[in-house]
Amino acid sequence: MDRETQSEAVRAAVDAIADRLEAEKSHLTELDSAIGDADHGANMNRGFQAALERLEDADGEPAELVKTTGVALVSEVGGASGPLYGGSLMKASQELEEGITAESSVAFAERYLETVEERGKASVGDKTMVDAITPAVHTYKKAIEVDDHEPLEALGKAVDAAGRGVAFTTPLRAKKGRASYLGWRSVGHQDPGATSTLYLLEELFAVATEYLDGDVEVDAEAEVDPDELEEPAADGDGGA
Amino acid sequence: MVGIVVVSHSGRAADGIREIAREMGGDARIEAVGGTEDGRIGTTPDPIREAIEDVDSEDGVVVLVDLGSAVMNAELAIEEAAVDEVAIADAPVLEGALNAAVAATSPSATVESVREAAEDAADVSKV
Repeated sequence: MDRETQSEAVRAAVDAIADRLEAEKSHLTELDSAIGDADHGANMNRGFQAALERLEDADGEPAELVKTTGVALVSEVGGASGPLYGGSLMKASQELEEGITAESSVAFAERYLETVEERGKASVGDKTMVDAITPAVHTYKKAIEVDDHEPLEALGKAVDAAGRGVAFTTPLRAKKGRASYLGWRSVGHQDPGATSTLYLLEELFAVATEYLDGDVEVDAEAEVDPDELEEPAADGDGGA
Repeated sequence: MVGIVVVSHSGRAADGIREIAREMGGDARIEAVGGTEDGRIGTTPDPIREAIEDVDSEDGVVVLVDLGSAVMNAELAIEEAAVDEVAIADAPVLEGALNAAVAATSPSATVESVREAAEDAADVSKV
């Protein structure tokens, strides 16, 4: 894929993510109102809408576009998601300066995870976005570097891993972020940050499928749909 | 003189804290930053960075913060700021700002001494 097509793919990904977050705004806010300050949906939506606007005037290099997206999130979100999602995109974008390849995408993913961990001081099991990103990044890296899979297939596996990570946040007691003030009362609620991270990855995968022209199946939703696990007996439909 | 920046999720809270701190440390260089550009509760790094640069007089800056994302946005602001020495005080924001303002007026004040004075506020029992 040439540099121009890569840039087009980055724009398409931000577009798809912005659409998805717009659609999921109320759902994310609902999750966040259970254990946070009920603004995650609105904040993520505002951030990505701002990113779309800024991308209109942005430079065409893929790394520059990713960085611009990060800067928009950092300045427009107004909550912890700004530095966590935006600051990490800004840092990780440096890994894409030579373009997007299987190798640079692994470096990008690792740098993103590393920056989120440093900034948020959270680890796996703290009931945060880290619970979705960590398995996704580790799975992606292993699929490419050890199992020699194509990037698209690796990304599909990463989405599955993130989905399992999101489901895993429900029974946890929050140790970081606003939810940690609730202590044990945070148990039984799915983490909104892990959830939006999964949406980002799902949209990234959808766009990658278009650009890499593959037909890899993602079975995260078939295996565990975190949205259905969230409150099993709430409305009696069980979802199974 | 060591500069001080007070960061809160609310601009009015930050202003109020600065007002109280000035009462005790009248000459201190204090900036207050809070809320988002469109007036919501929150914090963003750009105005924090500008405030850090504004209060710096080459002696460095101590930043006081209220909750979670204020810490992260202050960290981002510090990374971007054109100021050599900046420290975030791990202190209650109001009491810490007050202590810091008083400490900053000392002729021998350093970023470290002002930060320590702010952090001492965490040990003060109110009741």
